[in-house]
Amino acid sequence: MLQRRLKLNPERTKDDRSNKDNYFGQDVYVSASNWFIAASLVMALILNFLPLQGDILIFRPDFVAIAIAYWNINHPHKMGMSVAFGMGLLMDAGNTGILGQHALAYCVIVYLTLIFGRRLRLFNSMQQAPQVGLILLIMQTVIVLVAISGGSALPDGYYFLAAVSGTLLWAPGSFLLSMLLKQKSDPDAL
Amino acid sequence: METAPQFFRHGPGPFARLFVFALLSCLLIAEDVRFQYFPQLRQAIGVIIFPLQKIAYIPANIYDQVEEFIASFNLLEENIKLRQIYLENREQLLKLASLEAENIHLRNLLGAVQHIETKTRTKAVLAKILYTPRDPFNHKIILNKGSQHHIQLGQAVIDDKGIVGQVTQLYPWSSEVTLLTDKDHSVPVQVVRNSLRSVVSGTGKNDQLELRYLSVNTDIQRGDQLVTSGIGGVYPPGIPVATVLRIERDPTGDFAQIISTPVAGVDRNRQVLILSLIQPDSDDASEALEIESGKN
Repeated sequence: MLQRRLKLNPERTKDDRSNKDNYFGQDVYVSASNWFIAASLVMALILNFLPLQGDILIFRPDFVAIAIAYWNINHPHKMGMSVAFGMGLLMDAGNTGILGQHALAYCVIVYLTLIFGRRLRLFNSMQQAPQVGLILLIMQTVIVLVAISGGSALPDGYYFLAAVSGTLLWAPGSFLLSMLLKQKSDPDAL
Repeated sequence: METAPQFFRHGPGPFARLFVFALLSCLLIAEDVRFQYFPQLRQAIGVIIFPLQKIAYIPANIYDQVEEFIASFNLLEENIKLRQIYLENREQLLKLASLEAENIHLRNLLGAVQHIETKTRTKAVLAKILYTPRDPFNHKIILNKGSQHHIQLGQAVIDDKGIVGQVTQLYPWSSEVTLLTDKDHSVPVQVVRNSLRSVVSGTGKNDQLELRYLSVNTDIQRGDQLVTSGIGGVYPPGIPVATVLRIERDPTGDFAQIISTPVAGVDRNRQVLILSLIQPDSDDASEALEIESGKN
């Protein structure tokens, strides 16, 4: 009832057109199983641990951060802050950084996405990308602040390119995840 | 036990949760930076993520094998080339042996005090670099050999040209090496030309090392070779470390600013050698340098 009224609202029609054809789909993939979330996080960790060398290291996005942001925007309260904290600890140990550095940064992501999640869900993934990029930038700033408190020098500006590549990856990444979810519970399968 | 259905399922609000976890991580950070009471914590996490790191290494492994397969076509040429290098090295080793004997003889003639016994016999273990961490803040690499392969903390890591770094964290099947260029890493060195002793420290930048606290009028030149002095017992003496790149002598300051570049390919190799130092068993063998190559 409410949805129909929204659809008739002339101001809303433009937004709704982008959401109309996958409106049913959206309702279906609310049921993301815990196993699927865990699998995606483990996959993101493996992607983060890929042995790379040279210039490509600069552009490597933080896949775990993107996965955490995705789950908390599209399925809030499915993946708590404690999981993000744990993932951060795993990243820190694998990263040989200060223990707690990524843990804090990932908790900040969960907080920001919980706060702004409802607003972000109004947009499609292309429109979400720059806003998620901002969140990733805030996360990187937290990491830099912790590193500086540990006695490191300020990194050069290239460090923040990871947020840019994360922004570029957001739309295809969230498309992929939602595709995988849709396949699991397709309404037309009946 | 059935629980009543919850209509509004949420615990503490987002900010309260963030506060708790931020406090927890701040405690962890402070613990890790200042005190390091629980080194086991990091090791335990290291064991958890090891299988993931192994899986992440599979693509690189496949790439290596394909590369090896392609390289196997010109094995014959490579074999001839290596044989030549071996012969050249052999000749130099023979010279070294005779020089050493002469040195000992001269020393005895002079009645000089025998060298302070340094750990000079080394045994090398070949290790592969598993991956480079993504952080720009610390210069470290992860090797595929750990405490299960009898690697110990503090062992020196070298490549074919010189010192790469030092093992600073041990996991059962992998180890963490702090590179020369890390901001927290220093090596006691000696200038080859005039055996001036100093300490070279990393700056946190790629390909830049610093010789700190050498006075403005120090006898050091551009292009000087720096080798390990063996003082401190971590690094065996005489292994190349760096070449002096530039010197800024500011007469108003106390110290000269001396920048050097590492000799070894600190950020380029796929394979490195981990040196384990063995205490010399007898006095006369104390100066024999012996490098046995360990099993892969």
